Amino acid sequence: MGNYFKLAALGIIALFAAMAANWGRDAAYIVHAIIILGVSGFMFIRVLRQMEQPAMATPTGYMDDVVRAGVVATTLWGVIGFLVGVIIAFQLAFPQLNFEMLQPYGNFGRLRPLHTSAVIFAFGGNALIMSSFYIVQRTCGARLWGGNLAWFVFWGYNLFIVLAATGYLLGATQSKEYAEPEWYTDMWLTVVWIAFLAVFLGTLFKRQERHIYVANWFLLAFIVTVAMLHVVNNLSIPVSIWGSKSVQIFSGVQDAMVQWWYGHNAVGFFLTAGFLGMMYYFVPKQAGRPVFSYKLSIIHFWALIFLYIWAGPHHLHYTALPDWASTLGMVFSIILWMPSWGGMINGLMTLQGAWDKLRTDPIIRMMVISLAFYGMSTFEGPMMSIRAVNSLSHYTDWTIGHVHSGALGWNGMITFAALYFLTPKLWGRAQMYSMSAINWHFWLATIGIILYAASMWVTGIMEGLMWREVDANGFLVNSFADTVSAKLPMYIVRGLGGVLYLAGGIIMAWNIYMTIRGGVKVTAALGVPAE
Amino acid sequence: MSSHDHTDIDDVTGTDTTGHSWDGIKELNNPLPRWWLWTFYITIVWGVGYTIAFPAWPLISSATSGMLGYSTRGEVAQDIARFEQANSAIMAQLASADLGTLDQTPELMRFATSAGAAVFRNNCSQCHGSGAAGAVGYPNLLDDDWLWGGDFENIAYTVRHGIRNEEDWDARYSMMTAFDEILSNGEIDAVVNHVLAISGQTYDATLAAAGSALFLDNCAACHGDAGTGDRNQGAPNLTDAIWLYGGDPETLEQTIRYARFGVMPPWSPRLSEAEIRAVTAYVHQLGGGE
Repeated sequence: MGNYFKLAALGIIALFAAMAANWGRDAAYIVHAIIILGVSGFMFIRVLRQMEQPAMATPTGYMDDVVRAGVVATTLWGVIGFLVGVIIAFQLAFPQLNFEMLQPYGNFGRLRPLHTSAVIFAFGGNALIMSSFYIVQRTCGARLWGGNLAWFVFWGYNLFIVLAATGYLLGATQSKEYAEPEWYTDMWLTVVWIAFLAVFLGTLFKRQERHIYVANWFLLAFIVTVAMLHVVNNLSIPVSIWGSKSVQIFSGVQDAMVQWWYGHNAVGFFLTAGFLGMMYYFVPKQAGRPVFSYKLSIIHFWALIFLYIWAGPHHLHYTALPDWASTLGMVFSIILWMPSWGGMINGLMTLQGAWDKLRTDPIIRMMVISLAFYGMSTFEGPMMSIRAVNSLSHYTDWTIGHVHSGALGWNGMITFAALYFLTPKLWGRAQMYSMSAINWHFWLATIGIILYAASMWVTGIMEGLMWREVDANGFLVNSFADTVSAKLPMYIVRGLGGVLYLAGGIIMAWNIYMTIRGGVKVTAALGVPAE
Repeated sequence: MSSHDHTDIDDVTGTDTTGHSWDGIKELNNPLPRWWLWTFYITIVWGVGYTIAFPAWPLISSATSGMLGYSTRGEVAQDIARFEQANSAIMAQLASADLGTLDQTPELMRFATSAGAAVFRNNCSQCHGSGAAGAVGYPNLLDDDWLWGGDFENIAYTVRHGIRNEEDWDARYSMMTAFDEILSNGEIDAVVNHVLAISGQTYDATLAAAGSALFLDNCAACHGDAGTGDRNQGAPNLTDAIWLYGGDPETLEQTIRYARFGVMPPWSPRLSEAEIRAVTAYVHQLGGGE
């Protein structure tokens, strides 16, 4: 019965996609229709063939295949996202790299959202989904709820990524930062996300443990809030059902406010709460130590959840946004400082009694540097939200440096650590294929982040000072182009930082591949003490 | 395991745990770090104080304006007012000064140059370049090769009214003919070679000789018999090897076939009289002022 329903739904989708491919008004829409036609057609045949086979026994135990797929997807998207980042970093330094023959597809303007979405949503999103699935099963002592629904979440989410990425290249964009995908891609993500919420909640409901572990609070907050943010910020009306273009419901400063309410909380709930969920599982597991303070985890969780949602207006200081809203955004951002740091304290102090592992375990080292960058960014963020500081930093590369010290340092490093933790466990290996490759990855990534963040601080502050420089009579000293040419050396340093970070990612991908293939490389004990 | 069994002590730290265990993860019963808690309290107290001092709380149709009377717009207005007041006397002097003799008052000229530089960076550098060296299709303002005249009055007129725009009826105006359908391919080739000849480049002598007559018939009315241009019509001098669009044979052919129509907007709607004079003084002293 269920299969007949599936067949009918897939058939209707395939038929509609075929019509859409025929009547589509723009390239992105037509390509997407063809992709959807292919996917739904493939699924139709697959369901049809399965109907002939006898029903399989209901599997028991943890559902780890989907987590394994997530590990692979996270790794691949990570390398792609870092690579596009390196390309656009050099495009900024050398505009000639916007090659004439690649226009318009290879233009910085189209590659930039491809980079941000690839690293945040493809790399970060897959990391969050796969680690949520792993953590919620282990800490609830229960198999994922919903049978193959978890697979639907995995494939559905990655289809969303493909639709988003091809859309950017073909010119379909809402022009909302971090929310660029057009209306039908947004609707699809909503469906996938609700399925994700269902799997997660369903597993929580059937848990064997009496209490819900702190990691799951953060992961649940992440899933629920992202659903809300995504739906509200993407309220729009399609111009035509046969085209990708849509018009936003909100306009003017209200649209800007909704966008940054979304944008800031994408940082807050996707990149902070979600990754804190990962941190709260993988750090104590890898260190083999209890979480430092249960009380701190409760207080900083609720304070973080309550305060983050108000901080968005600090992205709109000195704009058409009324002063009262900008003041509130700034005040909430500063009060948010300690709740953010609660996660860092709880993470770092969990290593109490395991600090010696820093010398021997590169995974622990990655976790510590990740928490250090987390603490630094969550101090820098409130500081930059102060109106006076923002008047210097806003629109400069300081912001880019800030984002990347958080993204490369905190999100990247904790994800690498999680991948190194999970891969041997999921594929039944004693440890990663090469521990010294992890060490290489650690150093390449760390030096890469330092080059990136330091060059962007220098160039951002220089740029801000040049913009506001006036002579004794109050006349502007520099033109915009003067500031651009002054930034060139720092842009090159930033690109090199990206190259190092990418190199680390490629080493990780190789190491994960070799671990999955099996056979542990025999090496001497890692981490020779400093004597 | 009972959920609040406080007898489970962590060996390493001697702290008791909450008694729960998830996949082997336990939680210590440590209190909130004091410094953390107090810093949190202090930021909250500061936040309350700040929202009393500054505009913050939304009401039904307005918002609290804060005890300090601060506003971001007010802050900018104050800054602008301060500079305007400090410069008001000399600005007024500049607005009414005789343009022709501006460079004879060093103090005024110095002020006008620095004010004009700022005007230039904000409004002109997008086309003419931040160093005023121009680009293809946008004249270089550093040399003494002027299309419409390079003394104070002429520069000011160009800035004020612009060139070939539709907004200002007094804009400088002229239009080159597109010869694509007037001259044959061979004739265009001949004119190209004539222009190559008078600009001191390598050329085909036979073609150039034929081109010379064609030039006199078709081009000389604006560019002059010798090709030295006419400032009254903004017709460029073709003999000085300074090119606006390029002097190679391909570009010359393009120009002759399809003509050129460089536009500059009028700045009088956007700049004050003093600012127009200031930017005039700045451009004049760049090197080519007459």
